Amino acid sequence: METVIGLEIHVQLTTRTKLFCACRADYFAAPPNTLTCPVCLGLPGALPVLNRCAVELALRIALALDAEVQPQSLFERKNYFYPDLPKGYQITHHAHPLALGGRFTFAVDGELHTVRLRQVHLEEDAGKLVHIPDGALVDLNRCGVPLVEIVTEPDFRSPKEARAFLMDLRTLLRHLGASTADMEKGALRCDANLSLTENGRTGTRSEIKNLNSFRAVERALAAAAALHRDLLARGEEIHQVTFGWDDQEERLVLQRTKEEAHDYRYFPDPDLVPLAIGPEWLEAVRAGMPELPRARAERWARAYGLPARDAEVLLVEPALADYYDEVAKSVPDPHDAAGWVLSELRQFWTGEEPPVPARDLALLIGRVQTGEISRASAKAVLEEAATSGKPIAEVLAGRDLSQIKGEQDLRRLAEEVLAAHPQAVADFGAGKVQALGFLVGQAMRKAGGRADAKKLTEILRALLAQG
Amino acid sequence: MTLTEVRAGLAAHELTREEVIAALWERIAACEPTVHAFLSLADPDRLIADGEPLSGLPLSGLPIAIKDNICARDLPTTCGSRMLQRFRSPYEATAVARLRSAGAQVQGKTNLDEFAMGSSTEHSAFGPTRNPHDPSRVPGGSSGGSAAAVAAGEALAALGSDTGGSVRQPAALCGVVGLRPTYGLVSRYGLVAFASSLDTIGPIAGCVRDAALVLSLVAGHDPLDSTSLPVPPHDYTADLRPDLRGVRIGVPKEYVPRELGPEALALVERWREVAEELGAKVMDITLPTTEYALPTYYLIASAEAAANLARYDGVRYTLREEGDRVGAMIARTRAVGFGPEVKRRIALGTFALSAGYYDQYYGKAQRVRTLIARDFAGAFAEVDLILGPTSPTPAFRFGEKEDPIAMYLADVFTLPSALAGLPAISIPGGTVGGLPFGLQLIGPRLSEERVLSAALAFEEALN
Ligand SMILES: [Zn+2]
Repeated sequence: METVIGLEIHVQLTTRTKLFCACRADYFAAPPNTLTCPVCLGLPGALPVLNRCAVELALRIALALDAEVQPQSLFERKNYFYPDLPKGYQITHHAHPLALGGRFTFAVDGELHTVRLRQVHLEEDAGKLVHIPDGALVDLNRCGVPLVEIVTEPDFRSPKEARAFLMDLRTLLRHLGASTADMEKGALRCDANLSLTENGRTGTRSEIKNLNSFRAVERALAAAAALHRDLLARGEEIHQVTFGWDDQEERLVLQRTKEEAHDYRYFPDPDLVPLAIGPEWLEAVRAGMPELPRARAERWARAYGLPARDAEVLLVEPALADYYDEVAKSVPDPHDAAGWVLSELRQFWTGEEPPVPARDLALLIGRVQTGEISRASAKAVLEEAATSGKPIAEVLAGRDLSQIKGEQDLRRLAEEVLAAHPQAVADFGAGKVQALGFLVGQAMRKAGGRADAKKLTEILRALLAQG
Repeated sequence: MTLTEVRAGLAAHELTREEVIAALWERIAACEPTVHAFLSLADPDRLIADGEPLSGLPLSGLPIAIKDNICARDLPTTCGSRMLQRFRSPYEATAVARLRSAGAQVQGKTNLDEFAMGSSTEHSAFGPTRNPHDPSRVPGGSSGGSAAAVAAGEALAALGSDTGGSVRQPAALCGVVGLRPTYGLVSRYGLVAFASSLDTIGPIAGCVRDAALVLSLVAGHDPLDSTSLPVPPHDYTADLRPDLRGVRIGVPKEYVPRELGPEALALVERWREVAEELGAKVMDITLPTTEYALPTYYLIASAEAAANLARYDGVRYTLREEGDRVGAMIARTRAVGFGPEVKRRIALGTFALSAGYYDQYYGKAQRVRTLIARDFAGAFAEVDLILGPTSPTPAFRFGEKEDPIAMYLADVFTLPSALAGLPAISIPGGTVGGLPFGLQLIGPRLSEERVLSAALAFEEALN
């Protein structure tokens, strides 16, 4: 028995304005109904005008996913009544979408998989209902915000694959500058469908709507697969239904059965003209495409020998990846620099801007890599620079960080430490090797972090061996 | 008193704006109790006061009547529907804004069939408009209020909307001039949508020159309407000549069926003679797709209307009938808010778009629409203009066409050109049974100047 999963992903674009009007699209935390106008309120007589920036971001996504951009696409009206849908229809690509086909390669535990795509299209978002004790209120700030819908073929064979795909897709979308792709803020939403195949025969599908975290995607799909397996084992029929997912209770919630399926009565929106995308426009978008994350990881592996695991973490935030690129090009050992960016710098990076400029970090790492200062001193310098905002050069100038390298100086230091910690010396003699680490630490502290840790360890080990 | 005459009078200081406004309100006081052309009216004293700073502009602060499905800020926009009974638009239609910037003021909002669906103005939720020529008869529709106001001398000129004939047919039945511009020439922004691919805003006026003037002030590209044509504003009065010399005029045999009756047929004959006397070459042509226009129109217009009117769901606007669930609230609000003709068309349009029927109805109608446009293109390869009656009959009596199909037939001569998006004008062409009978001229896309000049020639010759 094989699990077959397909996904429908909605991506909120980071355009300045909405898809069909000039209202600001960044509705997060805005007071209800403040980002609206006659067009997105669907007032009588108001008409939509397509936002070309939204089309360009959608084209970037289509190109990055190797989808075939159609020379002409049509916006249609999807008709249904709901209080958060002020026109009574949603404007969306349907039968003639922006792009057809496509594929995306993603990693599952370091192994590459490729999923085929059906289509990439543009549509407008609906508003939101805010439930209150005696009813519901409508907030139309989100109404008309541009969304790109990506529909995959049923190419996933496990919930884990689906989750891994989404995580890599998020990285891609961020690098394209197309979306923040934050699932918890609703900028990346996922619907899934699942069926089981047995002896080559595909079983009935279940749909799961509104999965709003990576965890929910994996858990809900696992639950649906278990449900199907259970029903089949008991010889029961699987009905075509749509589920929601209760995140608190971690269970599927039946939303509607097939009989309740909508007839959306799609037809081309007569208020809009067909969207023509000529070769020049497409080429201009292609020319402005940033380097894609997978290409970047490959470049890092080739040029710096950077492992995929490190690349993956660096790539989650495009700003971090860009930062690493800048540091890497001006240090002797770019591979080692990745560790600095990931484990040292990242902890101080809380706002939009990096805590220290990439040039400064490169300077500091360079000093360590050439042996001028110790790793420990460099960490202390970085912390001071990151928290005080002082340039690295200024912090360096304010400290004596010249390494204690001389054999004599190091030996004196080691002897002092051994004399001060007889218990540790005894422990080492009794076979407790950890005691050496303690003694090295004490010596480093005494030296203000300036001692060459490697040489110091050798000397300490030699002295202990002498007894 | 035409708009052109009033402007000349103001320019020559023979008239004042106060006198003009006072005269219009005298007519309103005398006629409105019977005619009921207006659903709301501005305060004349305010118009006089607010008009002062507009003196230097083309319309010098003069009032223009606006059909009540076109949004204007200071008066309600009801669309003749209970659904929008107390609705005031927070924004203004491009056409109204342009009239204002040309120095016009909004005189009032005129009556119409609910959401512009009808040919008699009987389907207004706020009572019918009566024909000033005979109050027992309809003024036509759906822009019946605009046509009646101009015909009764209550307004100098008005804006109407023409989806399938709603400017031309009431103009014909009220004995005034009504122009449907090329689709996309006048912005639809702020025109409450009935059938988006067919809706146009057009002037209704006392004479061809006035219609050309009003068109000049509202036409031209509008970035707020994606279907607006890339045509710059233009003065359509500048090259207006009553000249038919060398113009080839085609009379489609489908537009002069025997059923018109002897009096109407004789009028059409007279129009042909006049045209020839003025130097035109008149020929018989055929538009074989004419008979398909009616079903095609009702499928396309109703499908678009069903979607366009979905927004009236009780969540916003002024009417809400409570229900225990959202669905019940929406259903009850729509049951109460819409009149029978609107419901009929929503039902038809919803059906035409339903899964399994789309291709058979809506899809087929779109294909026939293409054929109708091709039919006209073929005709215009041989003629410059098409001539015929605007409507098969003069104004009919109230309740005379209770069968919806009989009512729909009132538009058979205006529907085909609407489907093809062509400009067409109706001017008074004489009388049938003592009632005004409209002469219609149809031209190729964006041939407004040619249509208006020919109309002016007929207007001068027939009066
Ligand atoms: Zn807006």
